[in-house]
Amino acid sequence: MSAADPTVVHDVVIVGSGPAGYTAAVYCARAQLAPVLLEGAVTAGGALMNTTEVENFPGFAEGIMGPELMESMRAQAARFGTTIVTDDAVEMTLQGAIKQIRDGAGNEYLTRSVILAMGSGYRELGLENEKRLSGHGVSWCATCDGFFFRDADIAVVGGGDSALEEATFLTRFARSVTVIHRRDSLRASKIMQERALNDPKITFAWNSAVEDLLGDDKLTGVVLRDTETNAARELDVTGLFIAIGHDPRSELIKGQVDLDDSEYVLVDAPSTNTNIPGVFACGDLVDHTYRQAITAAGTGCAAALDAERFLAASH
Amino acid sequence: MTDTATRVITDDSFATDVLASDKPVIVDFWAPWCGPCKMVAPILEDIATEHGASVVVAKMNVDENPKTPAHYGITSIPTLNVYSGGELVKTIIGAKPKAALLADLAAYLG
Repeated sequence: MSAADPTVVHDVVIVGSGPAGYTAAVYCARAQLAPVLLEGAVTAGGALMNTTEVENFPGFAEGIMGPELMESMRAQAARFGTTIVTDDAVEMTLQGAIKQIRDGAGNEYLTRSVILAMGSGYRELGLENEKRLSGHGVSWCATCDGFFFRDADIAVVGGGDSALEEATFLTRFARSVTVIHRRDSLRASKIMQERALNDPKITFAWNSAVEDLLGDDKLTGVVLRDTETNAARELDVTGLFIAIGHDPRSELIKGQVDLDDSEYVLVDAPSTNTNIPGVFACGDLVDHTYRQAITAAGTGCAAALDAERFLAASH
Repeated sequence: MTDTATRVITDDSFATDVLASDKPVIVDFWAPWCGPCKMVAPILEDIATEHGASVVVAKMNVDENPKTPAHYGITSIPTLNVYSGGELVKTIIGAKPKAALLADLAAYLG
């Protein structure tokens, strides 16, 4: 039986992987709901696939590699009978008792309930040269691309945990790493701040906004604008890693599911109910406050339990 | 993992396997520590199987082969470079779904 059989109405389809989607799948599968999980064509595993050591996921006293943690969650979901489809949802019709989802290969899935767990995507600076120079010095993935900047002078934009984690990781390769931050203090956790502030290879460009990216074929430098004095200066770097946050991947469901001003899905907290009966949302798609692997897993579990209750009540 | 449709190439074999190839060659520059590279690998395996008559799909581990990626100015992986008649004719940077890759590569897949 194919999961996309048009005569089959599933109990639950989970859209998106990462800690939220995989955890929802584990719970739904153990509840005998035979979930179908659309894990994403190239984004399967979610944001943690691009990280290295995860030190704060409970149960791993010595830490665990992000991709390894996700592979393990995926295997756990599969073990209890989740049908995992490595493709994206490209269209969703969520109103009504039977919801329709179409994947990138054109398969249609019919289902009584949907758990939305599409997570978030990297935010861009929004500069003119950003696209042109991406892959030519501009990057969003330190673990993928840091290797190519051996003995180079590079920079990281951002002031949160991701930015400092990337900066610290990049010191393995780079000669110097400048952290460019718009404010004069960091919002990263204390432990990450201490690590970065004490690292001899890391310096900080405080109160600085990236205004322009320089270079023809590849990045040669950035123009920084001082947010207090308004003075501009150039910083010579051959690599720029952008870690200024994420935006929820809600564009596909806009107009059907209620979103807040920043396009995060609105839920009736503490439940995971959206405005549409039978449609639940969890993880970074919903959460602009905590955004941790463990909180995403927690809301993924809640979404599965909410879906289970919804199905029990409507059967 | 012996039964693969893709060909493993190195700095030493690049000139023979890629530049001197009769067919166009798609080279996947990758590394074991790159998450998005893992997502692209099975898609390229598919393309190699389905389009083996018109194109060669090759994989170069950048960790073990620093010269070729440096020569072509690669600073981001996965990067897919297409070589035809000894020339670099197309570059695709970053992981993409199969349908998008097929569309990008359509000219070389016959």
